[in-house]
Amino acid sequence: MNKTSARFGVLRACAAFGLLDGCSYGVMNPKGPVAANERVILFDATAIMLSVVIPVIVCTLAFAWWFRARNRRAERRPDWEYSGRIEFVTWSIPAMIVLFLGGMTWIGSHDLDPRMALKSDVTPVEIEVVSLDWKWLFIYPQEQIATVNELVIPVNTPVHFKLTSGSVMNSFFVPQLGSQIYTMAGMTTQLNLLASTVGTYGGLSAQFSGDGFSDMRFDVRAMPEEEYRAWLTSSRAGTEHLDAVRYAKLAAPSLHDEPATFGRVTTGLFNSIVHSHGAPIGSSPTSALADGKSL
Amino acid sequence: MFGKLTMEAIPINQPIPLATVCVLIVGIVGILTIVTWKGWWPYLWREWITSTDHKRIGVMYVILALVMLLRGFADAIMMRAQLALAAGHAAGYLPPEHYNQIFSAHGTIMIFFVGMAFVIGLMNFVLPLQLGVRDVAFPVLNSVGFWLTAAGVLLVNVSLGVGEFARTGWLAYPPLSEVAYSPGVGVDYYLWSLQISGLGTLLSGINLTTTILKLRAPGMSYGRMPVFCWTALAANLLIIAAFPILTATFAMLLLDRYLGFHFFTNDGGGNPMMYINLIWGWGHPEVYILVLPAFGVFSEVIATFSGKPLFGYRSMVMATMAICILSFMVWLHHFFTMGAGANVNAFFGIATMIIAVPTGVKVFNWLFTMYGGSIRFTAPVHWAIGFIVTFVIGGMTGVLMAIPPADFVLHNSLFLIAHFHNVIIGGVIFGAMAGYTYWFPKAFGFKLHEGLGKAVFWCWFVGFYLAFMPLYALGLMGATRRMQHYADPAWQPLMIVALGGAVIILIGILLTVVQLVVSIRSREQRRDLTGDPWNGRTLEWSISSPPPAWNFALLPTVGGPDTFWNLKRHPAPPGTAPALVSLVIPKHSALGFFVAFFAVILGFSLIWHIWWLAIVGLLGAIAVSLRHAWQAELEDSVSVATIADHERAHQSQVARS
Repeated sequence: MNKTSARFGVLRACAAFGLLDGCSYGVMNPKGPVAANERVILFDATAIMLSVVIPVIVCTLAFAWWFRARNRRAERRPDWEYSGRIEFVTWSIPAMIVLFLGGMTWIGSHDLDPRMALKSDVTPVEIEVVSLDWKWLFIYPQEQIATVNELVIPVNTPVHFKLTSGSVMNSFFVPQLGSQIYTMAGMTTQLNLLASTVGTYGGLSAQFSGDGFSDMRFDVRAMPEEEYRAWLTSSRAGTEHLDAVRYAKLAAPSLHDEPATFGRVTTGLFNSIVHSHGAPIGSSPTSALADGKSL
Repeated sequence: MFGKLTMEAIPINQPIPLATVCVLIVGIVGILTIVTWKGWWPYLWREWITSTDHKRIGVMYVILALVMLLRGFADAIMMRAQLALAAGHAAGYLPPEHYNQIFSAHGTIMIFFVGMAFVIGLMNFVLPLQLGVRDVAFPVLNSVGFWLTAAGVLLVNVSLGVGEFARTGWLAYPPLSEVAYSPGVGVDYYLWSLQISGLGTLLSGINLTTTILKLRAPGMSYGRMPVFCWTALAANLLIIAAFPILTATFAMLLLDRYLGFHFFTNDGGGNPMMYINLIWGWGHPEVYILVLPAFGVFSEVIATFSGKPLFGYRSMVMATMAICILSFMVWLHHFFTMGAGANVNAFFGIATMIIAVPTGVKVFNWLFTMYGGSIRFTAPVHWAIGFIVTFVIGGMTGVLMAIPPADFVLHNSLFLIAHFHNVIIGGVIFGAMAGYTYWFPKAFGFKLHEGLGKAVFWCWFVGFYLAFMPLYALGLMGATRRMQHYADPAWQPLMIVALGGAVIILIGILLTVVQLVVSIRSREQRRDLTGDPWNGRTLEWSISSPPPAWNFALLPTVGGPDTFWNLKRHPAPPGTAPALVSLVIPKHSALGFFVAFFAVILGFSLIWHIWWLAIVGLLGAIAVSLRHAWQAELEDSVSVATIADHERAHQSQVARS
């Protein structure tokens, strides 16, 4: 690191202490409605709680200091141990805060349920996500193409994700777009996100999954509709075909996979992966009991 | 013959573990040599290793906790150093397979062998004294519980030098922890050491609960128990209710790993989600098992050093029991991101917040206990005030993450790491250190060095904020937990600040050792002759420091939570005390040590698939237990003369000072 960037780094560190730096990226710099609403909830809830937390901290320090043994001016009440009125207030204050936050929780949980489709006039893009050791596979079922470690989406278009894992559990997370969700073998989770600004956003796995976990990063490229169309066309021109055999090769543990594109994908690949319960497709008989579990 | 165990299990080609193991072996051999050379073995064997005295066992728990704090903290500082280095294209100095073991060991050790050992040690030492009784309900079982915990500790540390530890995180989520993805012995070390120590914890919980419910001084109704006893009751009830879940969950994972069952596997109808539900069914009550006794310590410390009774005793008791019950209704908040529906998430989010109500009440009551008091700023009071300030911040970030949509972006991030260290360091560690300083003179008859005690506090306090406030910020910037390196160099300055904070905490931990050495060397000047060094309120301060093996020559009669305080104000007229009578105290017993010895053999051989040795271990443990069951004489009697001598000596000491 050179001198200027070191100084810049120190500045950033200082700024981050006041959470000012959060404005530049991460959860504090949302690029879609889901993340934006979640940030509002974060701010509101923090503000509500600070209205009690700050006075409590101030009172703690003030009481402790004022009633120090050496302070001759403090009025002592060595036997004061009960006051019905004060007890009433001490139960009421946290109860009221919780009532408030509880309402927010109920509404927020329903409004921002990851499964719920986002309100939009545009038809959503369907994307199927598979976490593997240690990379991400993104299948575009409507377009019959797939990518590895790179997610391309049109801007201002809702994206409906269906997610599973071809291995251990992971968590699919793009901090600037909002909600994360687990990926689990044999099961399907759902997530709805939307990018409202053109740009490239970092995505990652937020659930530890083994030795290659730290490199399970991918870029989300949110681009205008025409550019996205062009990208689809050029991707379809790719010659690589993702079928069960190629998937088995892809699913083998590997580190630092470069982004890749598959011009063709076998129909129903995602469902086959879900039904294979983390094993190579078709290789392992699965119990009827566990099949079709869906969230 | 030796199962999976070969010479390859010894980390000859890994410099860091090898060096650590060598230093450890040299240290242990050194200590054993000194003990042998000085001829201390008979004393140690008779007075400590086979002791059934709750006070000795409590002290051994705390020593175990402090030693494991050094180990757990060594892991912490290695992790912080790795993350301070591994930015951009730098790989740091710890490869993932080693780094993953370190964070798994750090969490496991800090929760099970530092936090649990510390609070169980304090409860063991203090409870019978505060309840005004002569021992716990089952003294030999107490010793067994301690030694089983020590057996777990030994196994975890053996994994450093023989084989490996789990690389799965401290809760070993399947399917990652299943044989398919973790074929090594690491997860087996994790599972067997926690099965063995978990059994010890359960026995301890049963013992202490029974003690509180069945053995109290005459007149001590539930409403007259000191608040620490109430918090201990809540914590031990939680142990009894929660630890069997842990044992059963681990047993299922062990069946998966050893016998090819499919409880939590990806295939064969297994369901890893079930493990995550079950483990948190134990895991969330566990945090209250740790923090409730700490709340009790603060209640005692704040009342004593404010020279006032605890404000709102009944509210405090109600709040404690409310937390005890509610803690079982919130486990799902650890995985809102699993995809349960909005109704389920909202229910568990709101249930979680409701715990903030009784917790808030406690904070207010501590505030009003200080109000109108005359506060002496001793080291325990420093910990208590540092706790309130820190804990309300940790509580706030906790409630923030209880809101599902907020958790969707904070889950598993460094924000979460900052939050739980905020409550565990600010709550449990601060409480444990306050209790350690507060009850030390009772245990050993002299006070700890006050100035160094405050220095330790300031190191932890400042170090904590420096180490974890940057993690809150990093979490909001999108940094996730358990990453071994990261791409964004802008995170590095904050990581370096966090390392600095960890170094300051390290200084605090080293100063604890210095404080202990300095205090022991100057113990003659810091003698506590009266048995009541702090002008205390509860019964433990009414007897000599250290207390005799039988604690109370005459069982006190109790009229309220602050019995000793009232006794000091209105002393009983002289000559009214009943005559002394001879007593029985439990005999020393080597059962605990031998059960643990065979448990270590059992655990080790199961980890390495050495089946014949496992049978030896199991049969050995059963055999020594059966032998104990046939022992007729379990108690020694103490003569009136011995008791009277002790009482006279104590009275003359009190009179002289």
